[in-house]
Amino acid sequence: MKLAYWPGCVSRGFTPELHGSMAIAAEKLGIELVELDRANCCGAGIIAEHNQELADTLNARTFALAQQTGLAMMNICSTCQGAQSECQQRLDADSAYRAHVNEVLSGQGLAYEKGKDGWTNKNFLWVLVEDYGLDKLAERVTRPLSGLRVGPFYGCYVVRPKERLGYDEFPERDLYLEKVIETLGGEVVEYDGARKCCGFPVITMNRETSLRQAGTHVGDAIDAGADCLVTPCPLCHLNLDMQQPEAAKVVNRDLGLAVLHLPQLVALALGAEPKELGMSKHIASTGWVEDKLSAVPA
Amino acid sequence: MATYTLKVRRYQPESGEGPYWEEFDVDLDPSLSVLDGLLQAKDRDDGSLSVRCSCRAAICGSCGMKVNGQSTLACKTQIGEAFEAANRRNGESEPIVVEPMGNMPVIKDLITDMESTHWTKIRRVTPWLLPHGAPPEREYVVEPESMIDITQSMACIQCGACVSSCLSMEADPDFIGPAALAKAYRFVGDPRDAETEERLHDLAHDPHGIYDCTHCFSCIDACPKGVAPMDQIMRLRRKAGEHGIDDDPNNGHNHVTAMTKIIEKKGTNDESLLIQESYAPGVKGKLKPTKGAIKGLTESLPTVLRAIKTGKARSLSKLIPGIHPKLPDGAQDEVKAIYEHAEEHREEFNVYIHGEEDVEPEPDETKMEETA
Repeated sequence: MKLAYWPGCVSRGFTPELHGSMAIAAEKLGIELVELDRANCCGAGIIAEHNQELADTLNARTFALAQQTGLAMMNICSTCQGAQSECQQRLDADSAYRAHVNEVLSGQGLAYEKGKDGWTNKNFLWVLVEDYGLDKLAERVTRPLSGLRVGPFYGCYVVRPKERLGYDEFPERDLYLEKVIETLGGEVVEYDGARKCCGFPVITMNRETSLRQAGTHVGDAIDAGADCLVTPCPLCHLNLDMQQPEAAKVVNRDLGLAVLHLPQLVALALGAEPKELGMSKHIASTGWVEDKLSAVPA
Repeated sequence: MATYTLKVRRYQPESGEGPYWEEFDVDLDPSLSVLDGLLQAKDRDDGSLSVRCSCRAAICGSCGMKVNGQSTLACKTQIGEAFEAANRRNGESEPIVVEPMGNMPVIKDLITDMESTHWTKIRRVTPWLLPHGAPPEREYVVEPESMIDITQSMACIQCGACVSSCLSMEADPDFIGPAALAKAYRFVGDPRDAETEERLHDLAHDPHGIYDCTHCFSCIDACPKGVAPMDQIMRLRRKAGEHGIDDDPNNGHNHVTAMTKIIEKKGTNDESLLIQESYAPGVKGKLKPTKGAIKGLTESLPTVLRAIKTGKARSLSKLIPGIHPKLPDGAQDEVKAIYEHAEEHREEFNVYIHGEEDVEPEPDETKMEETA
């Protein structure tokens, strides 16, 4: 499997461990990634608050760069997925609007074509379940995550709005994390916050609301007996992990729950070591997860 | 006809007891609604089961509640589909879970107090026209085209499902919320209203206003009428920016401006610069901290220090705002060209109004010519 790969900004910013882990996971899965190093930020829904056409055109450029490779596109961020799907919905809805946006891209030898050879843009979670396949994933597991209790945390942008995010065709997209956790040999922890908001989008605008959201979900997962959370969204990771000590202050309780990126969880089950996956860079200690897994040799 | 189990969250304040769950078996065709199921249970098993309803056709907006955790109208939710939704993960014997709406007090069983939250918040946004000058002799005359923009927010039936689902309000009950802000846009976008700027200023300057939405899309999925309240909130932010309202207490406008500027210059996000500029935007080379800027920046410090300690943010480009690399090989110039084009046109395409049907000129005509 070969894919055009958009790593997003955060995986090369404050979650550098994600970028490295995706490379390791891809190698272990046998997926070849062609990184789109000329592509730009998706705007995270924020640039659209300033100028919607600007956000649409920026993402049309990224789509066009991916289409130029002749490959389907993969991202590793729920927020990229949501922001890009939103722009794609508008671009796909009207040929005149698409032509208008393509006007400026044509000067750069680029064009976004609707539905070109069945072209898709999917995040790693969707690729893993829909295109790679859970059976094939199961075959590659060398260190089942036996006894590891994992709470899924999706990130809003891959669960809502359902009508925009392909749930008609793939109605179980909001159950994929559970399926992946089970395929890797782990145990799914049910808790209230799995599909709720981490609060990250308002961290600079309403810090208390933001941290209360993160702290509540982490606390609920701890109460449900989770050893860790797993998320396909690095922005959720920033609030759930990087801000966890601050969130603990707002919800006024001890937290301390490891939060893994999805590629880290996959790579661990495929035999990678926590150190090479950058887990020591996390703010909430991953020691407990590592101890549990060390009982199972890779 | 099939038998379904409804697991209903019940509460009778006069009993002095807390809420409890009760299960009712109902026999219905799968195409009938969850509301039909509740009314059958009320009729057959317990006349005291309390539910608010009227039209049963998703018009009146009375029967807002949560079905399997999803805020919706009970009359618009088919019981067969609700059963499937309840059993997506755990076999085939899970009951359909029915609860009163969230984010508002429960009066009895499935009836919530709409007044203390929903209607109070609606009144907060001055939900009536504020035209200037003497009224015209007859009606106000407006071009139909000028009203199209607000038809989406006008579709609201005040059911409260979006308020019930709001994840921001769950963490901050003071948030004005999706229904009221969608209603606010209905008047901000109305060509007859003369206080657009005052409205925008008010909503931006309320710390629980337009910049308190966490962008979680919950209200979009909850709304039975396609109002997409979150999209209306984003329109309000965009309009506030267009009106130069840049001094809101949440640093919301600064955040949008910072992100937009950074991508123009660098193509990808410079996170340390985004944090700094969100609180204290640089204007002509000088930092202009807003009121809460020092506090905001100080509060961010422990997080940044921890990230340096673990190695997350140890490179200079992550520590020093502004030295983040540009996109390679002329790609940054391509991004700049996009900015010039999009800032000149600023088109706003609304899928609700336009529809998703792409009316691409069909190549059929050419084919027909060829055949001819």
